[in-house]
Amino acid sequence: MTLTVQEFLQIDVPALLAAVLVCAACALVGNFLVLRRQGLMGDAVSHAVLPGIVAGFLVAGTRETLPMMLGALAAAALAGVLIEAIRRLGRLESGAAMGVVFTVMFAAGVVMIERAAASGVDLDADCVLYGQLETILWLAPTGWASLLDPAAWAAMPREVVTLGAVFALCLALVVLFYKELKITTFDPALASTLGIPAGLFHYGVVLLVATTAIAAFEAVGSILVIAMLIAPPASARLLTDRMAVQLVLSVALGVLAAVVGYGAAAFGPLWLGAEHSLNAAGMIAVAAGLILALAVLFGPTHGILGKRRAVGRLRTLVTTDAVAADGRRP
Amino acid sequence: MQYLWRTPGSRTTPEEASPISPSPLVIRDLTVAYHRKPVLWNVDYVAPPGGLIAVVGPNGAGKSTLIKACLGLVPKVSGSVEAFGRPIDKQRRLIGYVPQRESVDWDFPVSALDVVAMGRYGKIGWFRPVSRAHKEAALHALERVGMADFAKRQIGQLSGGQQQRVFLARALAQEAQLYFMDEPFAGVDAATERAVLHVLRDLDAAGRTVICVHHDLQTVADYFDHVLLMNTRVVAHGTVSRTLTPELLARTYGGQPVPFTEAAR
Repeated sequence: MTLTVQEFLQIDVPALLAAVLVCAACALVGNFLVLRRQGLMGDAVSHAVLPGIVAGFLVAGTRETLPMMLGALAAAALAGVLIEAIRRLGRLESGAAMGVVFTVMFAAGVVMIERAAASGVDLDADCVLYGQLETILWLAPTGWASLLDPAAWAAMPREVVTLGAVFALCLALVVLFYKELKITTFDPALASTLGIPAGLFHYGVVLLVATTAIAAFEAVGSILVIAMLIAPPASARLLTDRMAVQLVLSVALGVLAAVVGYGAAAFGPLWLGAEHSLNAAGMIAVAAGLILALAVLFGPTHGILGKRRAVGRLRTLVTTDAVAADGRRP
Repeated sequence: MQYLWRTPGSRTTPEEASPISPSPLVIRDLTVAYHRKPVLWNVDYVAPPGGLIAVVGPNGAGKSTLIKACLGLVPKVSGSVEAFGRPIDKQRRLIGYVPQRESVDWDFPVSALDVVAMGRYGKIGWFRPVSRAHKEAALHALERVGMADFAKRQIGQLSGGQQQRVFLARALAQEAQLYFMDEPFAGVDAATERAVLHVLRDLDAAGRTVICVHHDLQTVADYFDHVLLMNTRVVAHGTVSRTLTPELLARTYGGQPVPFTEAAR
């Protein structure tokens, strides 16, 4: 089985584009979850929106983005209220309250999917949970020449356009409010005394994570999105001590994970002589995990090996000093 | 565009609130409660213009809460706080704040200079980046606390005392008239203690007012002019020589041991 240009353009390019945009958007907003030490929030949001997405689909009866998005936002708001209520009334810490709410809501979503599927509605649990990158098709291009044809670009699949818009939104907000995001993340109390609404920025970040998670859900599913939110920023944090560099680096690592993961899923098995390709979203999450593992090992200052080297240097210094001191003794 | 959250349309320029205006801080009937338990009860206090004021009291007396309530960081049950004759949330540009060191994540990927520059954000406003002039002001503030050499250092690589000095430099960069400081002397090394003291005296000489939660009774008389003794309620306030008496301290600390050996003067 050989790969034709047309197949590559029609099947792989749109899927790869969607994967790259998902990873870039998730990595960018994920930075603020990692820096605020609220990684669980991403997990909670991406799971809690599931019943909303299913409800939006069932009410509208189509796979249009808007009703699903509205349902998901409603579910995210409900989750926020429930978490706060359980935290206050049940006197639980917020992590525990989140754990209860998002698993229950996710379970409700799964039950809704199964009921809907049983009554013949076209909603596939696998797609919802693991994503459907492989089904994003761009039928317009016929060869390399099509890349210069505006009409072909106009026929770009809806999923890719949505993801592009969400990434542009995230990028614009982060650039516009960089200073305010930085101070409300580092020291919300000082931000408040300066007149910057730290609480509003907190909810803004949660809302942006929810929006990104919902947009990402179609491409990578509601389970794997958490890997995209956390792994690239966590890797980038290990490679730099400057916030701006971390943001840029996390997006670059997210894109790298998308390309490597998709490549491994789509072409890896073929090279190994197998017939079927692997689940792309799964391989992208694996690639993101591998990148994080490499950063943990080889990060210049925070990596395990880097730290060990620094200790080694110190030890050499101490022993040579001791030797020198010994030499001076009579 | 300035940050004017909660108070749109009410711009205050530093000229409007000149030192001629009334007391830097007037607290009226302030009550704060956490989970129905009162932490501050009917606090009334008028700060003298200029000078270094220590807030002294036992653990759990509500000293930090007093500062946070003044700054609007914890909700008030009742009462009002005015700075220079106007509600304090309309005077943000005149207020500086040094929180407790433990209140932030020092692993955050920013340099000492970045943190100090945050003190300038109120002057920069929305959508504009930190300009060179503001960076220079931040660097100058770091110089004043003897930390200019550490400007590029990631904050997690600084010692506790150095971190405290970064917080102090950030407050200096705010160029405020009234400063709130939450235990700036807590657990610092001798060099930092000297640097903090130096900054306090500079601010005092420049006519600023500093309200400082302080835990060490031994040094109150040496470092401060005025003292506010409190234990949920205000016990007494006034000049150090008249207020820091064994009787008033005993009333402030109730049954608890007063944390120093001899009564001050």
